[in-house]
Amino acid sequence: MNKNHRVPSSRSLSAVEVKSKFGAEFRRFSLDRSKPGRFDEFYGLLQHVHRIPNVELLVAYADVHGDLLPINNDDNYLKAVKSANPLLRLFLQRKEEADYSAFGTDSLTRKKNTVLSAVLLRPDPNKKKPPVIISLPKDFRPVSSIIDVDILPETHRRVRLYKHGQEKPLGFYIRDGSSVRVTPQGLEKVPGIFISRLVPGGLAESTGLLAVNDEVLEVNGIEVAAKSLDQVTDMMIANSHNLIITVKPANQRNNVVRPGGGGGGGASGSSGRSSDSGTSHHGYSPYGAAAAGPTHIIQNFPVGELESDEDDEDLVIEVGGEAESMRHAASNYSMPSLPRYEPHLNLRTAANSGSAFSINANGALRGSGSSGSLNNTSCTTPSPDRAKERRSLEEEGTVITL
Amino acid sequence: MKRFRRHVHESQRDRLKQELFQFTKTVEHGFPHQPSALGYSASLQLMAIGTRSGAIKLYGAPGVEFMGLHDENAAVTQVFFMPHQVELVTLLDDNSLHMWTLRGHKGLSELLEIGRFMLTGPPGAPPSVTRVTAVLAHSSGELLLLGTEGGHVFIVEVPGFRELEERNISLDQVTSCVPDDYIGRRNLEHVEALQESPMNSNQVAIGYGRGLIVIWDLEQHLAIRHILPTQQLESMWWTEDGSSILSSHSDGSYCCWTLGAEGEYEEDEKSDIPYGHFPCKAIMKIVKLPTAGGPPFLLFSGGMPRASYGDRHCITVIHSKTQVAFDFTSRIIDFFVIRHGPHLTGEPSALVVLVEEELVVIDLQTEGWPVIQAPYLVPLHSSAITCSHHVSAIPLKLWERIIAAGLLQNTHYSKKPWPITGGQNLALDPPQRDLLLTGHEDGTVRFWDASGVCLNPLFKLSTASVFHADADPNDNMSQSAEGEWPPFRKVGCFDPYSDDPRLGIQKIHLCKYSGYLTVAGTAGQILMLELNDEASEQTVEAKIVDLLQGQEGFRWKGHTQLDVREEPVLFPPGFQPFTVVQCQPPAVVTALTLHSEWKLVAFGTSHGFGVYDYLQKKSVLVKCTLNPSDQLAMEGPLSRVKSIKKSLRQSFRRIRRSRVSLRKHQISSTAKIQEANARLEAELAEMELAPVQRKIEARSSDDSFTGLIRTLYFADTFLSDSSHNSPSLWAGTNGGCVFAYILFLPPLERRADDAVTAQPAKEIQLMHRAPVVGIVVLDGQGAPLPEPLEMAHDLARSPDMHGSHHLLVISEEQFKVFTLPKVSTKMKLKVTAVDGSRVRRVGVAWFGSSRTEGYGESGLVFLTNQGDVHVLSLPHVKIQVRHPCIRREDVSGIASCVFTKQGHGFYLISPSEFERFSLSTRYLVEPRCLVEAPIHSVASNQHKPMPKVTSSTHRSSQDTEDAESAARHVMEHALLNDEKVLQEIQKSLEGDQGSFPQNNVKSAVA
Repeated sequence: MNKNHRVPSSRSLSAVEVKSKFGAEFRRFSLDRSKPGRFDEFYGLLQHVHRIPNVELLVAYADVHGDLLPINNDDNYLKAVKSANPLLRLFLQRKEEADYSAFGTDSLTRKKNTVLSAVLLRPDPNKKKPPVIISLPKDFRPVSSIIDVDILPETHRRVRLYKHGQEKPLGFYIRDGSSVRVTPQGLEKVPGIFISRLVPGGLAESTGLLAVNDEVLEVNGIEVAAKSLDQVTDMMIANSHNLIITVKPANQRNNVVRPGGGGGGGASGSSGRSSDSGTSHHGYSPYGAAAAGPTHIIQNFPVGELESDEDDEDLVIEVGGEAESMRHAASNYSMPSLPRYEPHLNLRTAANSGSAFSINANGALRGSGSSGSLNNTSCTTPSPDRAKERRSLEEEGTVITL
Repeated sequence: MKRFRRHVHESQRDRLKQELFQFTKTVEHGFPHQPSALGYSASLQLMAIGTRSGAIKLYGAPGVEFMGLHDENAAVTQVFFMPHQVELVTLLDDNSLHMWTLRGHKGLSELLEIGRFMLTGPPGAPPSVTRVTAVLAHSSGELLLLGTEGGHVFIVEVPGFRELEERNISLDQVTSCVPDDYIGRRNLEHVEALQESPMNSNQVAIGYGRGLIVIWDLEQHLAIRHILPTQQLESMWWTEDGSSILSSHSDGSYCCWTLGAEGEYEEDEKSDIPYGHFPCKAIMKIVKLPTAGGPPFLLFSGGMPRASYGDRHCITVIHSKTQVAFDFTSRIIDFFVIRHGPHLTGEPSALVVLVEEELVVIDLQTEGWPVIQAPYLVPLHSSAITCSHHVSAIPLKLWERIIAAGLLQNTHYSKKPWPITGGQNLALDPPQRDLLLTGHEDGTVRFWDASGVCLNPLFKLSTASVFHADADPNDNMSQSAEGEWPPFRKVGCFDPYSDDPRLGIQKIHLCKYSGYLTVAGTAGQILMLELNDEASEQTVEAKIVDLLQGQEGFRWKGHTQLDVREEPVLFPPGFQPFTVVQCQPPAVVTALTLHSEWKLVAFGTSHGFGVYDYLQKKSVLVKCTLNPSDQLAMEGPLSRVKSIKKSLRQSFRRIRRSRVSLRKHQISSTAKIQEANARLEAELAEMELAPVQRKIEARSSDDSFTGLIRTLYFADTFLSDSSHNSPSLWAGTNGGCVFAYILFLPPLERRADDAVTAQPAKEIQLMHRAPVVGIVVLDGQGAPLPEPLEMAHDLARSPDMHGSHHLLVISEEQFKVFTLPKVSTKMKLKVTAVDGSRVRRVGVAWFGSSRTEGYGESGLVFLTNQGDVHVLSLPHVKIQVRHPCIRREDVSGIASCVFTKQGHGFYLISPSEFERFSLSTRYLVEPRCLVEAPIHSVASNQHKPMPKVTSSTHRSSQDTEDAESAARHVMEHALLNDEKVLQEIQKSLEGDQGSFPQNNVKSAVA
């Protein structure tokens, strides 16, 4: 449990210490935090430093909560590097000997009471239950999550539908309706936008975070009040690559509850499927007090990514006269993630280091801006302001970069 | 610190913005939608038209226009000018009377409402007692006589609307002087007509619906005569010498009653059913006018044989032996006759007829009674408008040639000048010549002079003659068989029926320097035309371009392509087609652009796009953009796009149909209101039952119509490397994809021989996949590239080819600036993600500063689906100003919007009217006119105070805001879904503008 005792060295700002364990052997080396490279390069590096060039490896790391998590693609590799604080502890296993059941919560720590993610989680880790088994999906990606619990009123829920690269449709419908607001003059009926239907098998349904008759309050931080159904539809579609919806769930019994300042018994109703056993009635505290306690809902993806402009990654195909590549290109339109098309932003190759640098700088700026407000849990700013601030940050980022 | 510095900069910028941009709705062009009343002042020579949405519009000499809007959302049923005054009185459907005046203010006149009045009957009386059915503005100018449904005549003093109870003519007083046997049977019904004796202003004739006509003496307060026709009375006319009264009746007859010296009973001198024998429809209005020493003119509307011609809308004019039944294509609202000389005395010179869809003026002095071409109120929608295109600053040469060609088309019009000449047009001559081209459903393109307040027709191009069409396009309107009875003559140009919907024009592009024009239509036809001053007979070459390029699995279920005539066709002087490209499959052309310097035309449909070399008449490039899984695009016009349009049109028709003809009096108005309320409640209940839902789904490449070409753009820029610029073509699709091709043009001297080739250079797939609605290349200084030939004519500075160029891609959701030649994002502006509005229309405009002569900026003007117009700075794509402009429910209005290069815009507020608005401070086109009272009228007390004129420099924008708040006010207590309300809101916006034109004018001058 060195994570709490280690004082980050000045080095850690630029470099990540890596402590890699394979069998009984340890290797220590460091990575450039800002340019960690790709997973396959890293994999090669591991094979190299352990001098096991031809051994198929299963790479895992211990995250800040002590969970053992796999590293098997660029995304979770980057996540691992980013979350190293400052040490990145790696555990290598031969693929043929791999113990898949090792992954998951409680895998490394004993008195853990945190949860991994909204998606992969089963509630109530406090009980003496067998450890959660986490499979090793081919493409381990975040799908969706509840975010910003620390700053939203309990009655609201901010859900991020992470569509990136998914074939799954978002799969929900919205409708007009009326909601009742409490005003000093009494109850007032106001028009509102509601979720009217979830498509079976769609992203919205499969996450379980949204439900029919939930009232939509915001789309990517922008209030939908006084906007027409069509406007809200267009806003959602325009943000569909990274859609963040703030809803007021129709069923208020499943609300996320922040534990009281005393900690201890703070059973966390983490995902939308928290127990119905009335946890929501104890351990309640207003946000300010809640700030002291740890936030149990975490984000298992980089914060900066939250605002990343997925849609910035327009595909630019230089045809350059070769008709064949052209034709090929045309036939592959629907798969922007194909490696042969480099998104012209977020280029990571050395050749484009100039532009890559500016983008990274930009990203870092944004990341620090919003992660600051996330991690610094004393933040009590009402959400719209915060969202605005975040947007303005983003905009300024653009201005400064260019 | 950075923030602070920017703040300082922004306040400077704000000041500059005020000098550059200002939003005003300036004038309505075209014909008022749903006119419902017509009035004319012979002394002012002004005509007034009231509409069902409560607007009142005054027209005099060309350019003299006024507009007002009643606060009530009710139709104007009658309009009367007070004799010899500048006041007029309107009667609305809600039984309210309004008085308007033309008031001089700083050398200009403005139309103001100065009073309103609602007749109040005795307590407890049924509403019919005070329901006004007939109005007489007495020649004294001080009295209004109001005949009501209950049969009473109320006398009201104006201005001020003071009821003179002691002078009222009650039904009892009238019945007491009529034979009992007539009275005994049933009541007299409502007052149908009121007429003042031309000879003795104390005598008025009161006509009752049942037929009784009573001549009443206002001084003595008694009936002096009565006439007892046997039929229901429709109208009445007191001849000028006062010797006789004509009455027209519901059975299609009219009678002439001679008023004997002092005889108690009048003789039925002449009764006639002009189109007799079989039952006829009512004669709605009859007019008889004497001529000096000749036979009189008799004019009446209606009276057609019910069975055979009951559906015709006719006005019959009989003069001596000549009788013509002018046959109009829409319902007659009203008509009047203009007479020569001052004050109603001279010969009848022109018949002015207001029908539902147009205004027709017939010259009664020229042999054959030809039509006089109207300088305003021209129906834009004689065939439905399908697209429009604006070209600013037309070179004089081209202008003159178009006018000359147009004059040759208008030989059948009368040579007489426009007979309505009231008021003075004080507007300065427009600074430049602007053309508005409208494409129509019947395959015609109309050229309008859009430089000034009057939208003048200049030239009409018909593309139908190029193709084998089912019907003869030149069917002669005035042709009628000899000896036909009734002697019909078709007049007017409103003809909503298209012979072949495939002929419909979808896209137009005119090069003002070369006179080349290209138009594209519904069946994938692209015509290249050039201006020829002579008629010529030529064969039009057709070239079929297969846009599918071997794409398999395709089945076109839409219409077939048009057959091009193979034989030579005689084309009249004007724009003559010389080549036709036909897309295969013949889907509607969705994008079109012309580069007259390179002599290339680019076109796109839902299947792909092509470039055609019209000099060599060869296809240069064909690219299929169709997604093979896109079944909808493959099958053709069963498409979504089309069906939306169709359903819109249908619903529009339904609305029109449901508004059954407005009769002069609506007796059961309360019942109607109840009915409407019930219908509304039912609709609301229906809405409750089936709530509208919207699917939230990311766009994918498999969506329908991703391959549809939305925009095409020619640019000379750096596409492949940063040191050499080259001609290029850019195409944007509905699926957020941009294709760029390098064009290789042979040197000028070999241009006619060597082939033009195209090579693909780049493809950009926008990640958000929203439709690309515009592409612009910005030069090294951030200014949009000039139009083709603009430099050659020294009309634009040459683009900066040294700095790096930028590509601006405008999608429905965002604006994005990319660097060139390496396409990487430089700047962007998200629209939809932030406020949910989508870009519908976009245009590049130049804004001159109102303060600093010579300073100006290029800007991007765009309209969103929320109906807001914005100006965006270039090249930084930052929103400068935003103004609500069109109601967001008005989908067709938004779709019809076109922008001009001067920061003006036009959009359809009804099928027949363009609203003109301006975002520029420099240049406004709006009416400035003066009407002087023939007799000095006493200043009347003012009920509606004018907005306070402040010394603020942004007075005009303030007024606009006033107007806006007025509009909002209207919206608050009205149902948004009602089309009427839409009209009202529109009109209230402009109405207030029309009322205070001097403010705008002043700031324009300043």
